[in-house]
Amino acid sequence: MAITFKQVEFTYQPGTPFETKALTDINVTIPDGSYTALIGHTGSGKSTLLQHLDALLKPTSGTVTIGDRVITPTTSNKDLKRLRQHVGIVFQFPESQLFEETVAKDIAFGPQNFGASEADALKLAAKMLTLVGLDADLLQRSPFDLSGGQMRRVAIAGVLAMQPKVLVLDEPTAGLDPQGRLEMMDMFARLRHEQQLTIVLVTHQMDDVANYANNVIVMDHGRVVKTGTPQAIFKDPQWLAEHHLGLPKTTAFAQQLIARGMTFDEMPLTEDQLAAALVKQLPTSVLGGGDHDE
Amino acid sequence: MMSKMIFGRYIPGNSLIHHMDPRAKLLLSFYFIGIIFIANNWPTYVLLFAFTLLAIKLSGVKWSFFINGVKPLIWLILFTVVLQILFSASGGQVYFQWGIITISQFGLVNGVYIFCRFVLIIFMSTLLTLTTPPLELSDAIEYLLMPLKVVHFPVYEVALMLSIALRFVPTLMDETEKIMNAQRARGVDFGEGNIFQQMRAIVPLLIPLFVSSFNRAEDLATAMEARGYQGGEGRSKYRILKWHGRDTWATVTFAVLTVALVYLRA
Repeated sequence: MAITFKQVEFTYQPGTPFETKALTDINVTIPDGSYTALIGHTGSGKSTLLQHLDALLKPTSGTVTIGDRVITPTTSNKDLKRLRQHVGIVFQFPESQLFEETVAKDIAFGPQNFGASEADALKLAAKMLTLVGLDADLLQRSPFDLSGGQMRRVAIAGVLAMQPKVLVLDEPTAGLDPQGRLEMMDMFARLRHEQQLTIVLVTHQMDDVANYANNVIVMDHGRVVKTGTPQAIFKDPQWLAEHHLGLPKTTAFAQQLIARGMTFDEMPLTEDQLAAALVKQLPTSVLGGGDHDE
Repeated sequence: MMSKMIFGRYIPGNSLIHHMDPRAKLLLSFYFIGIIFIANNWPTYVLLFAFTLLAIKLSGVKWSFFINGVKPLIWLILFTVVLQILFSASGGQVYFQWGIITISQFGLVNGVYIFCRFVLIIFMSTLLTLTTPPLELSDAIEYLLMPLKVVHFPVYEVALMLSIALRFVPTLMDETEKIMNAQRARGVDFGEGNIFQQMRAIVPLLIPLFVSSFNRAEDLATAMEARGYQGGEGRSKYRILKWHGRDTWATVTFAVLTVALVYLRA
């Protein structure tokens, strides 16, 4: 399901002294099946844009097309449910949305709102819990008895249980330990392939952008300032610094190598790419050494 | 962001009213509510309205904020007015009578007076909250409660509770907005369907709010203790209240207003 923004503007509290313009002239498409990263420093309008993906906010002017639904400033608040079933949003710190007595009921809450029977929803809940890597024993526990990381996974399972076509993730790994982060990001990548999801990831982790995304949208001061592949975005470190954005660790490392006189045909973004590029440049005599034991 | 909530919100500004001492503003606002009851005929009400509108003009805050302040209370006001019109003692010309219900000239006039009183009180208290930062207001309340210390009333604690409550109103609003969005994304319709469906929709909002409020309270207590808070006795102040000439003048103006009201009343 593709999402297209056409000349979208959004203003918070128009007509009051608190009026603030959050989005200006947004024209951008999130292609069907893409893994799109939305980056930009704090206050650049990422979160406002994100809320337009699910019609939680409606544009002040312009149109947002979500699948075959067109959202305009005058779209009625009724009948948005069908749309919201197709777009699942995992907000920042989603564990704060848990409320049910048991984990199973909380995960089943979304599907039931969209018309699934209780039995079906609970069956789905059990499936989703294993999908996010938690033990089925937890189903009958209270979500408030779990650890922070487990609560996060339960909340994500609750969104996945709606079986959305587009999954929107707002810094899903913030506050998790490195191991948990890696597991979670791999899980999203796996889900995308298994269920042909479109993923939109809002993040400050340039490594995640380099490792997972195939499309990047850069925002600054409420405008989209650049779109393209991670390759194209990370090509220009100077431009990124001007927009208060960093480089993936690997690319930063490659930049230092370039400063010391090395050249790369293509800027390496991931560790594998860097390793391959370096191996290619090694003199054959070193490679001839045979097995590596380290 | 809940843009409709006007009550208790501060609009930054640079007017005479904004710069007044919060103690003066608070006391004079209460005093104003008192002297409204002196008014009992048209000239006095006209004078009170002129005074209130002048004060609003001086504050430089847009009129629409005051109208919006009345809106949420309009049904309560109309209900009171209708009761007054239907059930007050008959006097003057009687227009309609049925059982105990009487609509008389006396009742109608009284109804209009009641309406004016409500509007005046709401305008003046809205002016107070719109032009005074909440924390200054709680400083003023703390100062004015001081005499109660002789009867061992916990003034500092109450003032602290008030400051914390006021401070966390916007935080709680943001939190509400955030959780509402999360639950709407999971298919909850807030404000739709019959009353039972609406009540059910509130549960997924209230429980997370309670949980996060308790967590936040615990964090705040820890943070305060870590920074050495041991109760308010003997603490010095960051914001110090100062009584200026303009506050004295405002008080004099209110005194003149009172004299004029007493002179004009029937």
